[in-house]
Amino acid sequence: MPAILSYLSRRLIILLVSILVAAMVLFLLLRLLPGDPANALVSVGADPEQIEAARRQVGSDLPLSEQFIHFVSSLARFDLGNSFVSHAPVLPEIGKRLAVTVPLTLMSFTLAIVIALPLGIIAAVKADRWYGWLISVVSQFGIAVPVFWIGILLVTLFAVNLRFFPSGGFPSRGWQRPEAAFDSLVLPVITIAIVMSASLIRYVRSATQDVLGSDYLRTARALGASFSEALIRHGIRNGSVPVISIIGIELASTLLGAVVVERVFSLPGLGSMLLLGIEQRDYPNVQGVLFISTLLVLLIGFAADLTQRIIDPRLRGRAAGSSR
Amino acid sequence: MTDMDLVNAVSEGRPRRSWTFTIGAVIVGLHLLVGLSTLFWTPYDPSAMSGGRLEVPSFEHLAGTDRLGRDLFTLIMIGSRIALTVGIGAVIIGGLIGITIGLIAAFASKTLDDMLAAGLDILIAFPTLLLAMLIVASSEGASLGTAIIAIGIANSAIVARLTRILAKRVLAMDYITASRISGTTWLGVVIIHILPNIWPTLLVNLALQFGLAVIAEASLSYLGLGAPPPNASWGRLLQEAQGTVYSAPFGAIAPGIALVSLVIGINLLADGLRDIADPTRRRRS
Repeated sequence: MPAILSYLSRRLIILLVSILVAAMVLFLLLRLLPGDPANALVSVGADPEQIEAARRQVGSDLPLSEQFIHFVSSLARFDLGNSFVSHAPVLPEIGKRLAVTVPLTLMSFTLAIVIALPLGIIAAVKADRWYGWLISVVSQFGIAVPVFWIGILLVTLFAVNLRFFPSGGFPSRGWQRPEAAFDSLVLPVITIAIVMSASLIRYVRSATQDVLGSDYLRTARALGASFSEALIRHGIRNGSVPVISIIGIELASTLLGAVVVERVFSLPGLGSMLLLGIEQRDYPNVQGVLFISTLLVLLIGFAADLTQRIIDPRLRGRAAGSSR
Repeated sequence: MTDMDLVNAVSEGRPRRSWTFTIGAVIVGLHLLVGLSTLFWTPYDPSAMSGGRLEVPSFEHLAGTDRLGRDLFTLIMIGSRIALTVGIGAVIIGGLIGITIGLIAAFASKTLDDMLAAGLDILIAFPTLLLAMLIVASSEGASLGTAIIAIGIANSAIVARLTRILAKRVLAMDYITASRISGTTWLGVVIIHILPNIWPTLLVNLALQFGLAVIAEASLSYLGLGAPPPNASWGRLLQEAQGTVYSAPFGAIAPGIALVSLVIGINLLADGLRDIADPTRRRRS
């Protein structure tokens, strides 16, 4: 079997095991936390029978092991249960909200890469120039700024003073009105991209610095390649390996970090569903959102690992799971 | 990507002189001074109306007033105290838990070590904020205490992973074997050899965690999951300012500047600490 296929199969097994473990951890975490899920169904001062009835309805009167078997078998049928509050099935609701969160994440992410790649490379190559230094300093300040403050400032500037974009909300008919939907994502996308590119620039710069100090670049130069030729032919492929694993982590944390940005711009995405679920103690919704986002995080990690293997042949000899 | 790379990545690109430490110490010291002074004195009563509603900044009210007519500058000063309390508390909790787990993993059998390492990786994959949200949500009502514990626990995974890596590196040294042969107990090895060797890197990491904890606290209270009123957290001030952004846009500026200045101060301090604590770096500069 070719090395990449055996790697792929081993990595797939690891992926499946991690999904199962994540489901278990999530299940235990939510059950071990103080407070019975049934509390969401009864009012304050309910008598014991009412509480007992609510617990039967939710299933929290069963032993943990039975609850877990029930949880996993429902998962296998793509059933994440029904919300305690609206009684709507959880999975379709998540699907509806992913239609906001996924475009938001992908667009911010693309914009961040478009900003960070050239700036990070310039910051490393032209470190002795004032603009190279400036990029480094600004990105340094960027990591100290919380994402919601940038969001509020952008709202103040573009929505309140210049009136270019809406200050928040999302068209109720969603992507059926593409221009309106796109308009309402402009400021959130810029907000996330600013914060994300600040930290990406630092990684791109240090990866480029490693490339600049490498022997293979010196050898290429000695063999007669011009500086930019050597950098493009050898630098990009070598430098991209560490950056890809960072990009994977950043993509995952943007997805989950959208909670705050969705609150700033009152977007009906996955994050606001989670926040609402926590406020209303709506366990099925919280559990569903967390499971789906964990699943996405694991899939992103899988894709990042695989991409690294394809780019860097030196990694292919190594066993699955030892890439960290 | 290890934490070491992260630590290194933060410092590169700036000339390595200890002026970073000095500037950082001055900024953090200023916040500390302001925060402590609010225990005894504030320009105005933080809960009383001291002017009109949503007044623009003036000589009487340096940062203006909020929608209840309270002096914003006073509230921002109190915010310093809350940010520092949560930051320091979270770093102490995260440090104690993280270093303990990291040392256990470093000494443990291979199976236990692998399990701990995998568990830490899963925890680290989750952003601090999300873990903290879960912990705050599960406890009965958000408070200053839940915020500290939640952020501390969320940060402990990163500290644990770093401690594990650093301690394992020291444990592989010949002088550990020599020390064990000469009769030193494992606890003795930790105290005599491991901790003195790893504390500079740990300290820098804890300082960076401090800055992240301050941002996490502000985010939690922005989401309404932080310390409840009357605690004037910067995050809550910003959330309230967003509500009045059409009539009083200035309210969103000052608390944000306070927040960013503290985090930058802490990051500079961490940077300077690394230069001071690591003699190899000092010689190079």
